[in-house]
Amino acid sequence: MADPFPIKSEDLLRAYRTMRTIREFEERLHIDFARGDIPGFVHLYAGEEAAATGIMLHLNDGDRIASTHRGHGHCIAKGVDVAEMMKEIYGKKGGACQGKGGSMHIADLDRGMMGANGILGAGAPLACGAALAAKYRGKGEIAISFVGDGASNQGMFLESLNLAAVWNLPAVFVVENNGYAESTSRDYAVAVDSYVDRAAGFGLPGVTVDGTDFFAVYEAAGEVIRRAREGGGPALLECKMIRFFGHFEGDQQTYRGRGEVEDLRTNHDCIKKFNAKVVGAGVVKPSELEAIDREAKELIERAVAEAKAAPAPTAQDLLTDVYVRY
Amino acid sequence: MARKITIKDAINEALDQEMARDPSVIVMGEDIVGGAGSPGERDAWGGVLGVTKGLYAKYSDRLLDTPLSESAYVGAAIGAACCGMRPVAELMFIDFMGVCFDQLFNQAAKFKYMFGGKARTPVVIRTMVGAGFRAAAQHSQMLTPIFTHIPGLKVVCPSTPYDAKGLLIQSIRDDDPVIFCEHKALYGLEGDVPEAPYAIPLGEATVVREGRSCSIVTYGMMVHRATEAAAALAKEGVDCEVVDLRSLSPLDLDTVIESVEKTGHLVCVDEAHPRCSIAADISAQVVQRAFPALRAQIEMVTAPHTPVPFSPVLEDLYIPGAKQIAEAVHRAMSGAQR
Repeated sequence: MADPFPIKSEDLLRAYRTMRTIREFEERLHIDFARGDIPGFVHLYAGEEAAATGIMLHLNDGDRIASTHRGHGHCIAKGVDVAEMMKEIYGKKGGACQGKGGSMHIADLDRGMMGANGILGAGAPLACGAALAAKYRGKGEIAISFVGDGASNQGMFLESLNLAAVWNLPAVFVVENNGYAESTSRDYAVAVDSYVDRAAGFGLPGVTVDGTDFFAVYEAAGEVIRRAREGGGPALLECKMIRFFGHFEGDQQTYRGRGEVEDLRTNHDCIKKFNAKVVGAGVVKPSELEAIDREAKELIERAVAEAKAAPAPTAQDLLTDVYVRY
Repeated sequence: MARKITIKDAINEALDQEMARDPSVIVMGEDIVGGAGSPGERDAWGGVLGVTKGLYAKYSDRLLDTPLSESAYVGAAIGAACCGMRPVAELMFIDFMGVCFDQLFNQAAKFKYMFGGKARTPVVIRTMVGAGFRAAAQHSQMLTPIFTHIPGLKVVCPSTPYDAKGLLIQSIRDDDPVIFCEHKALYGLEGDVPEAPYAIPLGEATVVREGRSCSIVTYGMMVHRATEAAAALAKEGVDCEVVDLRSLSPLDLDTVIESVEKTGHLVCVDEAHPRCSIAADISAQVVQRAFPALRAQIEMVTAPHTPVPFSPVLEDLYIPGAKQIAEAVHRAMSGAQR
């Protein structure tokens, strides 16, 4: 039987492992946050895994991404160490940012992860800079800026679309449209119906895909990323996706429709869709997926245990690393 | 070999020499070349006041004219700095930082700390500061205190061609983000500048005039006003010491304290507004660190708590002058309250 997917079967399993790891990570944080174990603000990516995974499968460590406040999925898909992420979210020493950044600022520059960002839209200019640096290096590297539908209204984002077009940067702007800017619906807050139109306003090609369909994301992202690598310039990719949880943990979500989340979980879960496709096509055995499920669960279990056991930062850490030299 | 050149040429030379030395140095900003995409000549402006003029001929691929879009290109400079480049972005007037402030104080300033020490952001933001150009409220401010307040940023403000070249070279080589403030009224000032490249460390003040009676601590254009005041006071037998801070963050408080311990009197001069200014900061720190050395109250001479006015009559009243500084020295010396 011919392979029905434009992706190697080991990559299918890799993609599944990434999505399942993100899901486990986020579901676990949801529980532990409610218990009061986790300080601060946490924004979960559950339900959106197919987007980060389908895009990041095309990237290498030399490719840079500028993420958002909802960045855990981007981090995991970009290869940031899960145990270091968990320690960071617990505010511990040995975390990805030594406990000084937290959930909203996880970064790993060696993996090309330029940081989750607490300022909505702020990653877009940074991604332009990463793309500019890539252009000077001339090795075909690219940069990706992620924004939500909310931050797609920010001046920084819109200015970046123009700058990337003017400088013909190897950049891709991904709009993760989960329908809500915090509690305000996308339909209320974004004046155009189509992000393809918004991209066209800046002279950029735009593509809209079903962000809950891993294969659609993988294919569309592959196309705009290849184009950027080859010097074809920037593009905008809208992933229409869904948010299983609230804007932040603790959000009572009274603005959502009755039964909305249940319907999304039942009928639009990107992981369920992925499983149905690959198992249905006979390219992956259910037992292979179940094995990954167990491993992902264990990985997160270990990460939480390590995070809880990790030492807190000390008073000395308060004053270090403000400058390289001062 | 030293020759006399202007601050404008000293800055141009620093950029030229660093671009020649290090291929990762790129320069970007609005009209820094000028004439992009137009039918006339390229390098038409070389920056709004011609500071970058001529560099395009040597480094055309590393001089980037930008759209009028400070958030995007200042952010891009910061992003490129995180990815191996050493960008110098020109923010034409410091007054424009309002539209890109997030990229400076929430992004560049915080990466090193917020990412647990892993990040380096070697970016320089060159920007014009100061009044005296009849440029009114939105093109004339001295906003140095705002940047000095932010941990993670360095702030430099030279007053001479020699310092401008050496401090800019150091700022470009520095691995932290630097806000490099150029006083627009000083671009034409001439002084001795060696041809060969040299770097002046950040955080080292300099005593531009030695004296025993009263310390005047300041930076930027006000260094020249203070020196003028000191010359007038010398004729009355009042022997002032003038300290040029040069770099506001890091700050060389030791040189200030040393001077105050010698003179016992302090006048802090700042072209910024009085509240939370560099002058107020120096005053507070001297009181905390060297109170016993003070023989009278500290005096401050600053711009008033108003926007910069347009009318030449009003603007001249707005900018602190040598006469006000001399009066402040007299008050400090006599211990008299205002």
